[in-house]
Amino acid sequence: MGILIDQNTRVLVQGITGRDGSFHAASMLEYGTKVVGGVTPGKGGQEVHGRPVFNTMAEAVAATGADCSVIFVPARFATAALREAADSGIGLIVCITEGVPVLEMLANYHYIREKGARLIGPNCPGLINPGKSKVGIMPGHIHKPGKIGVISRSGTLTYEVVYNLTLAGLGQSTCIGIGGDPVIGTGYIDLLELFETDPGTQGVVIIGEIGGEDEERAAEYIRRRVRKPVAAFISGRTAPPGKRMGHAGAIISGGKGTAEAKVKAFREAGVPVADRPDQIPELMKEKLGS
Amino acid sequence: MKIHEYQARDLLSAYGVPVPPGRVARSAEDAARIAEEIGLPAVIKAQVLVGGRGKAGGVKLARTTEEAREAAGKILALTIKDIPVEAVLVAKAVDIRKEYYLSVTVDRANKKALCIVSASGGVDIEELAVKEPEKILKHYIDPLRGPDEKDLREFLSAAFPKKLLDQALAALLNLYRLMIDKDCSLVEINPYAQIDETTLVAADAKINFDDNGLPKHAEVEALRTAEEYSREEIEAKEAGLSFVSLDGDIGCIVNGAGLAMATMDLIKLFGGQPANFLDVGGSSSPQKVLTALQILTRNKDLKAILINIFGGITRCDDIAKGILIARDRIDLPVPLVIRLIGTNEKEGRALLEQAGLEVASEMTEAVKKVLERAKAGV
Repeated sequence: MGILIDQNTRVLVQGITGRDGSFHAASMLEYGTKVVGGVTPGKGGQEVHGRPVFNTMAEAVAATGADCSVIFVPARFATAALREAADSGIGLIVCITEGVPVLEMLANYHYIREKGARLIGPNCPGLINPGKSKVGIMPGHIHKPGKIGVISRSGTLTYEVVYNLTLAGLGQSTCIGIGGDPVIGTGYIDLLELFETDPGTQGVVIIGEIGGEDEERAAEYIRRRVRKPVAAFISGRTAPPGKRMGHAGAIISGGKGTAEAKVKAFREAGVPVADRPDQIPELMKEKLGS
Repeated sequence: MKIHEYQARDLLSAYGVPVPPGRVARSAEDAARIAEEIGLPAVIKAQVLVGGRGKAGGVKLARTTEEAREAAGKILALTIKDIPVEAVLVAKAVDIRKEYYLSVTVDRANKKALCIVSASGGVDIEELAVKEPEKILKHYIDPLRGPDEKDLREFLSAAFPKKLLDQALAALLNLYRLMIDKDCSLVEINPYAQIDETTLVAADAKINFDDNGLPKHAEVEALRTAEEYSREEIEAKEAGLSFVSLDGDIGCIVNGAGLAMATMDLIKLFGGQPANFLDVGGSSSPQKVLTALQILTRNKDLKAILINIFGGITRCDDIAKGILIARDRIDLPVPLVIRLIGTNEKEGRALLEQAGLEVASEMTEAVKKVLERAKAGV
């Protein structure tokens, strides 16, 4: 099982003829993902890795029956790509692109919702259902099929945690990088809800960071609604206020968004918070055993 | 990105929001001349990007040209929260009858533009927000459809009397237009001052920009002042690195922002203090590692450096090559601990080990080691 994607998910790559799009299309194909084509305006009719390239998302969806799109276009084209994907009627849009202006994302968020699609990202590594499908840029080999769901605002820190889970024998049902921007399409609560009802998931790991109050809201949601075990890690305990720590969303401002507040919220909701990424597997095992 | 008050005033003015007459000065002489031109009394205000300038003596009233010269001289000699004052705004002093607050910003949780107004503006607005939150009024704007004038008028009528309502509405619509046009993350007028029966002016203004929007707006990028970022931070940005200086003595070079923060946290957890945040980003070239090491080693307090890489898009062999190039080109004054794992780990490890460098594969182990070596000095 797992959530959002599986071996039957048919994926289009927006920006497939670009450097990143082409590289990761190959890597996804190698992992076994059903990449059925790509879109680059003006390059329709070409092929990349034996897959057809289309000029528009509408054509591509009609020709391939794709139900998921992954976006690699440069930031200045991201809004057009996102809206074209939403207009095509596709159900799941994964935006890897970093640097999309926040005000554009505000409008895009509502646009995509009104079209009935789900957005993951932007500024995210994508998602993976280990052994079945990878829609994103994470190294596939560190993952292992299993029963732990992972939700994270980070990229490489997620790999670190997944690597430790795999080493400890805890495979993953689905790992989702939700993105490091202030405005993202899908948040912790949406995914906790999906994991809670997924029979293939036994426990969930949340990897949060400073900035905003999504972790606090997730903690409150877990306290009220989530019966499956949850463990967490929060990065940025040593981050100074007022400075953006790499991710556009990782900033403590006006006393809001500190790591302390997030750790406290999780602990009060009965969610153990690891001090180190390599402690997450034991916390999870304790929770699963109890 | 932040800009100074005098720059924010210019933008507001260009968007039709009235501001008292005024100009920026960089010397006491200039300040005196401007004060005379715009008319006295004048208020002289330090132009720094940190808050609390009033309490630090950075705002003074001048009734004569001589007072303006003297006040500007004193303020230009100040250092406010470690920032030397290099410019002052000389603005015509206005007789403030009542202070309002007006702003637009982005609400990341609700994913809408958020307008905030209060009939109790002024320096204590943040305290007010905590103590009497009912005096802070909020209204959301649908980012797809834009502002609805009727709704906004009704919202503003809870804070502004009828005779000021048209002005407040025009100002708020202009703030929103400015925010959208220039990709601002905050446009704030505080105090939004009532200066006579029927007139409102922006007596102070603050505008922050979304860094992701800057590539669209060269005219905004041109407003950047060196003050917000250290020389190292600017150099790092130009090299495609994300860097923040901190107070500690353990330098870090990491790929990915989350892992970089977690690395800093682990250094602290084991009793050390990180010297910086540094994310080399994805697809890191050897050149980026070289630049990162060059920036870090300029820090005189530095005791050791930790390179922590979890290869994904980033290839461990590229990082290893960068480290070897750096070792040839610069004299590394402190111990270096390297942790490599992930894409092309074997190749990277082989390159470094051939050169006699040790490579760790676990993060906790690497952090403990860098602290030991910082202590030992080798």
